[in-house]
Amino acid sequence: MERVLRTYEEINEKIRSGKVVVVTAEEVIDLVAEKGVEKVAQEVDVVTTGTFGTMCSSGAFLNIGHTKPRMKIHEAYLNGVMAYVGLAAVDLYIGVTQPAKDDPLNKVHPGEFKYGGGHVIQDLVAGKDVLLEAYAYGTDCYPRKHLVTWINLRDLNEAYLFNPRNAYQNYNVAVNLSSKTIYTYLGVLLPNLGNAGYSSAGQLSPLLNDPYYKTIGVGTRIFLGGGVGYVAWQGTQHNPGVERTERGVPKGGAGTIAVIGDLKGMSPHWLWGMSIRGYGCSLAVGLGIPIPILTEEILYYCSVRDEEILAPVVDYSHAYPYGTGEILGYVSYAELRSGKIRLGGKEVPTSSQSSYARAREVALILKSWIQEGKFTLTQPAFPLPGVESGVRFRNLVERPASVNSELVGR
Amino acid sequence: MNATKKVVLRFPSDIADRPLVCELALQFGLRFNILRASISPHREGIMVMEVIGKEKEEIEAGLQYLRQEGIGVESLSQDIRMVEARCVHCGACVGVCPTEALFMEKPSYLVRYDESKCIACEMCILACPTHAMEAVI
Ligand code: SF4
Ligand code: SF4
Repeated sequence: MERVLRTYEEINEKIRSGKVVVVTAEEVIDLVAEKGVEKVAQEVDVVTTGTFGTMCSSGAFLNIGHTKPRMKIHEAYLNGVMAYVGLAAVDLYIGVTQPAKDDPLNKVHPGEFKYGGGHVIQDLVAGKDVLLEAYAYGTDCYPRKHLVTWINLRDLNEAYLFNPRNAYQNYNVAVNLSSKTIYTYLGVLLPNLGNAGYSSAGQLSPLLNDPYYKTIGVGTRIFLGGGVGYVAWQGTQHNPGVERTERGVPKGGAGTIAVIGDLKGMSPHWLWGMSIRGYGCSLAVGLGIPIPILTEEILYYCSVRDEEILAPVVDYSHAYPYGTGEILGYVSYAELRSGKIRLGGKEVPTSSQSSYARAREVALILKSWIQEGKFTLTQPAFPLPGVESGVRFRNLVERPASVNSELVGR
Repeated sequence: MNATKKVVLRFPSDIADRPLVCELALQFGLRFNILRASISPHREGIMVMEVIGKEKEEIEAGLQYLRQEGIGVESLSQDIRMVEARCVHCGACVGVCPTEALFMEKPSYLVRYDESKCIACEMCILACPTHAMEAVI
């Protein structure tokens, strides 16, 4: 058993007395290079991480309050974007990838996807009025059938972000081997290996600094959208069992987290509506997690550098859409961030989808919150499933059904 | 009276080495000023130029010739601007910009725009998820 250097309680005591030592996941790299793991682990109490990028599996629950007469909403739109209402009377969930109802989608390819659920959330946190349009079939206890009103975040009973999958631990690098430009969630990809799209904060990214989930678990308090949130569960598609490098870094998309937090404390600077050409709408989320340096080993993992984090290069014109699993090779985040990678003897310019500058800002803000005594650490109530859990991400095994007459969709 | 037109020419990689633009002068009696050009390996070449002729029809005939030879011809009617307040510094535009007019500044990792290098190809407008890059007519 590894020697415990400090406990959560001891760290929080130091935060309260203003004596805590905090560095970011970027700053810790040079410190460790200079002084070594052992010494730095003695000195540093907390390492802060950060990321800011498009996270499609995000959305918010809103309770708008009851109308008079009462209404059990059956269909609702926020600024023209459909919200999910299959919940209690005035509870709504607005998902970030939902485009506006009148969006032409990809009818003229590549579609612009100007406004969607992510933009609604950004407008709400910016304090803007949002138009709610709601319909119902009417019941004895909820007779009202129609409602059009402005709503504002400050008046909502509850409004909380609940993102089923955020902060992917590593991700693909997308390229295009075909002879046509393609439009993907990893950006515009020019033909014949014209560029490469990637999306991870690498050495600053939360789960890449705690590769075996030794400190990040259910209940961990985090920076979310400029406010405070919590890890609610493992994220969807959590896949801890992917191949790892010698220092434990997964060589592809692995762990994920579901997160929750009060929208009322968040900021439009950190929840940014995205319009991804030819793909759809989404939301860029700022998210940061503090890592308590409980042991030397935990500090060692935090000192991971972009050079040591490898991402798989995948052809998004064929291998990705058709799920062939083919990987063209691996490149490090140091290469990706240099602006060019080498693939098959060719120099390929890179386009990032997640902002390293903003990731750094998240880690620095979280650091200052902790130093100023505004943010204490929580011990997880429950760990995320680890490598040994056997939890695996599976593809759907289709079981074709011949029930055409009973189908209800279009 | 002279007629002028600013155009963006796109050369597919297989014809980038043929001297087609000279034909504007030789066959059509047109003059031209090359404003910006970018021909990089493995990529289509792009040239922005001002074509000058006696009449509009002459210019159109010359441009029509270039089109027949497989060159993409579009009129340059706009400048490209970055609305910094909308930029989240992701870098999605950087890898698609053919001239490095958009680049990642180090060590800040902030994305910067050097307008003097821009050839108005509009790739960044397609790539930017926050509508931070826009064409000014
Ligand atoms: S229009 Fe955009 S992508 Fe094209 S050269 Fe100018 S800045 Fe670069
Ligand atoms: S793609 Fe848009 S938001 Fe991203 S760096 Fe370029 S201009 Fe800024």
